Amino acid sequence: MIVPLALSQTAINVTYLVAGVCLIVGIRRLSAPRTARSGNVVAAVGMAIALVFTLVDSDIDSYWLIAAGVAAGTAIGAVSARKVKMTAMPQMVALFNGVGGGAAALIAAAEYHRLAPFSGHLPGDAIGAMLFSALIGSVSFSGSLIAFGKLQELMPGRPIVFSGNQVVNGTLFGGLLVFGAVAGATEAGVWIVLLLAGALAFGSLLVLPIGGADMPVVISLLNAFTGLAAASTGFVLDNTALIIGGTLVGASGTLLTILMGRAMNRSLANVLFGAFGAQVAAVPGVAGGLSTDGKTHREITAEDAAVMLAYARKVVIVPGYGLAVAQAQHAVRELADMLEKRGVEVKYAIHPVAGRMPGHMNVLLAEANVPYPQLKDMDEINPEFPQTDVALVIGANDVTNPAARSDASSPIYGMPILDVDHAANVVVLKRSMASGFAGIENELYYNPKTAMLFGDAKSSVEKLAASLKQV
Amino acid sequence: MTSILLNSITVFVLAVFIGIEIISKVPAMLHTPLMSGTNAIHGIVLVGAMLIAGSADSTLEQALAFVAVVFATINVVGGFLVTDRMLEMFKRKPTERE
Repeated sequence: MIVPLALSQTAINVTYLVAGVCLIVGIRRLSAPRTARSGNVVAAVGMAIALVFTLVDSDIDSYWLIAAGVAAGTAIGAVSARKVKMTAMPQMVALFNGVGGGAAALIAAAEYHRLAPFSGHLPGDAIGAMLFSALIGSVSFSGSLIAFGKLQELMPGRPIVFSGNQVVNGTLFGGLLVFGAVAGATEAGVWIVLLLAGALAFGSLLVLPIGGADMPVVISLLNAFTGLAAASTGFVLDNTALIIGGTLVGASGTLLTILMGRAMNRSLANVLFGAFGAQVAAVPGVAGGLSTDGKTHREITAEDAAVMLAYARKVVIVPGYGLAVAQAQHAVRELADMLEKRGVEVKYAIHPVAGRMPGHMNVLLAEANVPYPQLKDMDEINPEFPQTDVALVIGANDVTNPAARSDASSPIYGMPILDVDHAANVVVLKRSMASGFAGIENELYYNPKTAMLFGDAKSSVEKLAASLKQV
Repeated sequence: MTSILLNSITVFVLAVFIGIEIISKVPAMLHTPLMSGTNAIHGIVLVGAMLIAGSADSTLEQALAFVAVVFATINVVGGFLVTDRMLEMFKRKPTERE
């Protein structure tokens, strides 16, 4: 049955070319601060073109399923994108990524089911692409859900490791290759079901042992996976829009993953198989060759800390995830404004992975209208710490841990950190002495220069501001 | 090798190079928005989901295709909206307007 308004395949492919150009220009603009927002719009326009002209494809002879699905998906997507808090962005991205991968796997499964009855008629490249979509899409789906669960704290954020973990993963991966090969050779439905189930298990097992600051790198990798899965469905359906869109994300996502890993001095292999922080979480208290016992930290009251800040010449604020969780960014900006009125020079030191994702903290502080020129990235601010009177660490932990510089046995050894311990004084705002996301001790807290102000980041900052008025 | 497959491979290989080239110099502060933006773009898989949903015959295929359309739509709509929300935060930078 041919829908009256059906365009020829050639005409549709021309619109796909236009859409592909929009996507490329969109990503290009997304990678520069000034053009980023318009880049997102250009990419969305490209997407809309591809989607609208797909609807006039002559292969489509029923619209009710599409209409119902798009309506449901739009409602869910729009509401969750609007409701989500800025602090919960990373897991939201993980979730959106996961459903994309799931869609690719489902497409592959449906197409396999449709064509398999005509056994032996499937060309090798089509079935290969189908199985690849099913495999990668499922891995991305379950992996992203686990990442979501960890970041949303539905399950422990720390690496979850059991003995023989890598043997199981290796065996499972071998099994997946066998299922895939048999599914391709026999074209029997049971094998693709096994492949899908195995891939879901594999995706979960792949992400479970990963935790700490490695999470964003993994989400980025799964993002690239979903891109490849989408491109692969393009090979199944002989569709150029899918190949262009999916491949662009697969390639740029892979590079982005490498760039993120490099910002943290972690190789991809290290991220995937290193079980960041796992052993140390099991045997706590060994940092810099000293045991926890006997090390003391110094507490400070909000009043004393306020005096210290008021008479400083230069204060560097080091925001971390604790600030984000407590939604303290507005309170911090008010505190900074008060200090500046007193003539104190205030800067913000932004670690590349401050928060839960690269760039996360910039977004949060921009939301609180912190002037852009005050935000300094790590390489810019580190040489300034020796001239800094007070480094005010608000809910940041692992990114300030000097063990990364000095202790070769530390799991974060080699990760670039903010050298807050080079400042004359350090004030740490923190809920308790508990360890950070990586699950390791921070020897900064036992440094004689360091004073701890315990409490929720927002209420501590508000107390500081109130005390500052009295000074 | 069919010419359709060869064309597809050509598009694929060129897209790999373009994908790598266009983001090679991205500042760290844009890593999250860029990840989110490209995340929305792989929602293009909705094209495939719609093609499957529009031509599904059996109940099983219809069910699979329906879920695929819902999933892919969430990916597209949610992805672009969330990216826009993140980038909106940067808009009032006094010095950085075009």
